[in-house]
Amino acid sequence: MLAETLARLYNMLPLLWDGLQTTFLLTLTSLVAATIAGVVMGFLRAYNIFPLSYFVYVYEKVLRGVPLLVIFLILWLVPPDFGFRIDRLHAAFLGLALRSAAYQAQIFRGAINSIPRGQVEAAKSLGMSRTKGIQHIILPQVLRLSIPGWSNEFTIVLKDTSIALAIGVTELMRRGDQLAVLHSDIVLEIFLLVALIYFIIVFTVNKILSFIEEKFRMKGYEVEVER
Amino acid sequence: MTMLEVKNIHKAFGELQVLRGVSLDLDKGETKVLIGPSGTGKSTLLRCINQLTPPDKGEVWLDGVEITDKSVDINKYRQEIGFVFQHFNLFNHLTALKNVSIGLEKVKGIEKEEARERALEELKRVGLSDKANQYPAELSGGQKQRVGIARALAMDPKVMLFDEPTSALDPELIGEVLEVMKSLAGEISMLVVTHEMGFASSVANEIIFLENGVVVEKGSPKKFFENPDKDRTKQFLSKIATLYGDSGDR
Repeated sequence: MLAETLARLYNMLPLLWDGLQTTFLLTLTSLVAATIAGVVMGFLRAYNIFPLSYFVYVYEKVLRGVPLLVIFLILWLVPPDFGFRIDRLHAAFLGLALRSAAYQAQIFRGAINSIPRGQVEAAKSLGMSRTKGIQHIILPQVLRLSIPGWSNEFTIVLKDTSIALAIGVTELMRRGDQLAVLHSDIVLEIFLLVALIYFIIVFTVNKILSFIEEKFRMKGYEVEVER
Repeated sequence: MTMLEVKNIHKAFGELQVLRGVSLDLDKGETKVLIGPSGTGKSTLLRCINQLTPPDKGEVWLDGVEITDKSVDINKYRQEIGFVFQHFNLFNHLTALKNVSIGLEKVKGIEKEEARERALEELKRVGLSDKANQYPAELSGGQKQRVGIARALAMDPKVMLFDEPTSALDPELIGEVLEVMKSLAGEISMLVVTHEMGFASSVANEIIFLENGVVVEKGSPKKFFENPDKDRTKQFLSKIATLYGDSGDR
């Protein structure tokens, strides 16, 4: 019985793999876009560059206060009213990226603010321009300090790709859902398998990020993070 | 030969008038010490010189160039003004060596290996060759400040500004920093804000007493400590003596 179930689950792997590729694609692209946007917005906020900092503030408040599903639905349903269409995958990518950017702006803003002001002055006193100061002094420290928060964000984005099933994106969760309909006697087993796949990815990537954090840590300034 | 000339500097923070027309000059190789009560604008004056805090009025001339001129690229001239901070302000993510070499590499554009060697020399000069690979958090206060001095020296500045370099240090760590500063005296032009009267009397060419944003009195250490003109100066010196002990050399 068990062996038979396992065999059936095993046979589902190619289909799940197909969905997993979409999950990966969505996670990676939206994270990369959101990280870039998040860093920029974090700096705009931390340096209080008016009026952009104000727009970022409003953006953060709105995007963090709205369910992801609603963001997806707006991106999916509203554009046709204006005569264009965003396909499912792109709508999902945009929704994830827009929301994650709002969260990441907070992560980076916090990290930027935690760099002592005196270091910026020291950089200036050596003749560094503002850009060089950011590039060589601020950003390297901000990125190090952001790894724990970013690692969390990765976990959230990866699992929230599953919400894209609501607008019909065939990612891992939707593949699981489709299989569950066909194999209604082992629904729980299928979803447990899907959960296991998510878990393995999260666990592995967080381990890798911990390793990176350790490798680039500032001696004497490490923050202990339980993973 | 005048290295640094400060003319009639004014600076206010809102309602608070911190500097009300301060002038001074510094010749090549000279050491001048700025003293005065807290909040009288000593640090602000130093920060006005390298424009970390731009003055409201007045001029700063460095080796014949007016660096308060708006058309001047201040980043270029800041390289020529070493600044040592009260709280060190080392770059926490970089080793002692990298703290010293980063300005050479990223500002002066010196090739990495050469910058490394130069930085090592500077660390040697402040007695920290063995700490090159330590991070700031692994160093004592005195060592941090010596790295701070090495970092400023590495840029080969025309003038060094010291903003209360020993005020944040434990008493037993002050000596090592003052030793390094003494070793520089005569070699490089220095303007030092400090309460270390021993250092002032043994190293300074001139002592400048600043209060309420103006220069109250200035003179050679001998004249200043033994026979000051102004009553206010005497009063201040007696207070300092009570607080920090006599002006004995450390």
